[in-house]
Amino acid sequence: MKKQILTLILSVLPTFAYAAGGGVHLDSAPIDTSDMESVKRGAKHFIDYCFSCHEAGYMRYNRIARDTGMTDAELREELIFTTNEKGEPTKVGSLMKVAMTEDYARNVFGTAVPDLTLTARARGADWVYTYLRTFYMDPYRPTGNNNLVFPDVGMPNVLSSLQGVQRAVYKTETRQGVEVETVDRLELAQAGSMTAEEFDVFVTDLTNFMVYLAEPVQNERKSLGIKVLIFLVIFFVLAYMLKKEYWKDVH
Amino acid sequence: MGKLIGWIDDRFPLMKMWNEHLAEYYAPKNFNFWYFFGSLALMVLVIQIISGIFLTMHYKPDAELAFASVEYIMRDVPYGWLIRYIHSTGATAFFIVVYLHMLRGLMYGSYKKPRELIWLFGMFIYLALMAEAFMGYLLPWGQMSYWGAQVIISLFGAIPVIGDDLTLWIRGDFVISDATLNRFFALHVIALPLVLIFLVVAHILALHEVGSNNPDGVEIKKNKDENGIPLDGIPFHPYYTVKDIVGVVVFLFFFATVMFFFPDGGGYFLEHANFIASDPLKTPEHIAPVWYFTPFYAILRAVPDKLMGVGAMGAAIVLLFFMPWIDRCKVKSIRYRSNIYKINLAVFVVSFVVLGWLAMQPVTSTITMLSQVFSLLYFGFFVVLFITSKNEDTKPVPDRVTE
Repeated sequence: MKKQILTLILSVLPTFAYAAGGGVHLDSAPIDTSDMESVKRGAKHFIDYCFSCHEAGYMRYNRIARDTGMTDAELREELIFTTNEKGEPTKVGSLMKVAMTEDYARNVFGTAVPDLTLTARARGADWVYTYLRTFYMDPYRPTGNNNLVFPDVGMPNVLSSLQGVQRAVYKTETRQGVEVETVDRLELAQAGSMTAEEFDVFVTDLTNFMVYLAEPVQNERKSLGIKVLIFLVIFFVLAYMLKKEYWKDVH
Repeated sequence: MGKLIGWIDDRFPLMKMWNEHLAEYYAPKNFNFWYFFGSLALMVLVIQIISGIFLTMHYKPDAELAFASVEYIMRDVPYGWLIRYIHSTGATAFFIVVYLHMLRGLMYGSYKKPRELIWLFGMFIYLALMAEAFMGYLLPWGQMSYWGAQVIISLFGAIPVIGDDLTLWIRGDFVISDATLNRFFALHVIALPLVLIFLVVAHILALHEVGSNNPDGVEIKKNKDENGIPLDGIPFHPYYTVKDIVGVVVFLFFFATVMFFFPDGGGYFLEHANFIASDPLKTPEHIAPVWYFTPFYAILRAVPDKLMGVGAMGAAIVLLFFMPWIDRCKVKSIRYRSNIYKINLAVFVVSFVVLGWLAMQPVTSTITMLSQVFSLLYFGFFVVLFITSKNEDTKPVPDRVTE
C-alpha cells in the first residue's frame, strides 16, 4: 500500500512536462553550451546584429571575456564599440547598455525594444533559434516582414542580408468547419550572402551565446554539481556504515 | 569539558534540555522511511533561513531595482547563483518534504489523541509556510511574481462588503506596486520566519511531551521497564541522529541534482515568465501558481462562482485542521484499519496530485469538468471518513511494536 502511494508520488513529480506554448512547431536548436568558441562567435554576432537596439543590461562585458578566455584588450577590440557621454570608450566592467531610449523605440518600432539578457531563459533556446530563422515577406507589415513564431512582430529582419529574403507558401486548411489560409513552409525568394547551412551555423552560434547570456554560470554550475554529487555518494557510504554500527544493538 | 558543562549547568539547563530532547528522549524503534521527513523539514527550514540571510545582503526590495538585483546576485555576487538556487530549490523541497510529512501523519493516525495539538501546530506551520512562500515569490519581481500575486490577492476581493477595502489594505496601493513589494519583503524576511520558528518549537515541544507515534500506532509508553524507559523505545540520540544523517544525505542528493542540473525544474520551480521583468501593463498569457499551490487553485477554478470558489479553496485547507475530530476511529495506523480507509486515503492522495496537475493546464471544458470531479473526491475523503470511521472494521492492534 505505502509502496504504491510512494511510487505514485515519485512517478508524478518528475513528469512535469514543458508547458505547451502556442501551436507553432519549434526547431530544436543544435547548441552546445560548453562550446565556448561558439559562444564567442555568437557574442560577436550579437554585438554586430542585435546590440544596436537590444541591450543585455544585466550582463557585464568583461564577464564574456572571462568566460570565453579573452583579454581586456581583445574585448575592447572585438566587442566594445560604444562610448560614454564624454566620448570615452565604454569600460570593460560596464553593463551592456545601449543608447537607444524607450521613447525613440516606441516611435520607430511601435514598442519598447526588450532587453535580451534573459530571453533564452524566458522563451527557450528552440524559440530563439526558430524565431531568428523564420522571418518572411509580408507587405501588410510596416517593416515588410512577419515571423512564424512571433506573428506581427515589430522587429525588422536584421539578418536578411545573410539569410536572404523568405516567402511564405500557403495552404488551405479546414479548422472547425472554416477554411483558413495557413503558412505551409517558407522558401527563399532572394538569396543572401550565406548558404542555408552557413546561416544555420550563424544562428546556432548566436543562440548558443544567448543561452550563455541568460545564465553565464551554467557550465560552472554543472561541473560543481558533479563534484557535490560524488561527495554525497562517499558521505552516504560513511553515514550508512555509522548507522549500521550503532543500530547493531537494537532489536 | 566536563567542568565547563558543569559551570553552564549551574546557570542554564543545558544538559537537562539535551537529555529531554535528544539523549533521553525515547522514540519508538520501528520508525520507517516516512519518519525522515520531520527532521528533513527542520533542516530545510534552516537552509532557507541561512540562504535567505545571504540573499537579503544583496537583494533590493524596490520596484525599480528588485529584478536587476536578483540578476546581480546571479552574475556578480560570488556564488550568489548558488545561494539563490539553494533558496529557490529549497522552497520546492520544503513543500515536498512537508506534504510527505503530512501524508505520514494521515497514514499512521499521528493526529489522534493525545497528539491533536501537534497536528494543529503542524497545520499552522503549513499555513504560515504557504504565506511565506507566496510573499517570497513576489520578491524576484518578474512577470509571474507580479501577476500571480495580483490573482491571489484579488481572491480576497470576493469576500462580501469588505473585499475591495481588504485587497487595498493588503497591497497598500490600488495595484501591486512598490508598497506591496516592501511590505511583502518585511513579512517574508522577518515576520513570518519568526512565526514559523515559534510554531516549530511548539510543534516539537508538544511532540516531546506526549512522545512520537509510530507505524504501528502503538503507544510505547504503555510498556515500560523497571526504570520507566519504554521497552520499545530507543534514545533519539544517537540512534535516530545517525539514522537521520543517512536520510539527510539521500535528500541532499536529490536536492543537489535539482539545484545543479535542473534549477528551473522545467519551468515549474522557476517559471519561464518570471525571467521577464514585471510589467503592470502586460498580462502573461497563462498565469499558473507555483506547483505547491496548484491543488487548491484547481479547486478554486472548479467552482463557477468566485466567492464559492474561494470558500471551497479555504475549506480544502481548513478541513485538514479538523482531522483529529473527523476521524473517529480508535485505531491509529493504516496497517490495522479497514480497506475502506485505505481506499479512501489513496483516492484522496490521487485527487490531490491530479488537482495539482489540472491547475497547470489552460482552462478547457474537459479540464474544468475533471477539476470538479476530483474536487468532489477530495472533499469526499472527509465525508466518507467521518461516516465510516466511527464503526470501522479494524484489525487487532498488537501490544508491542512489530519489526
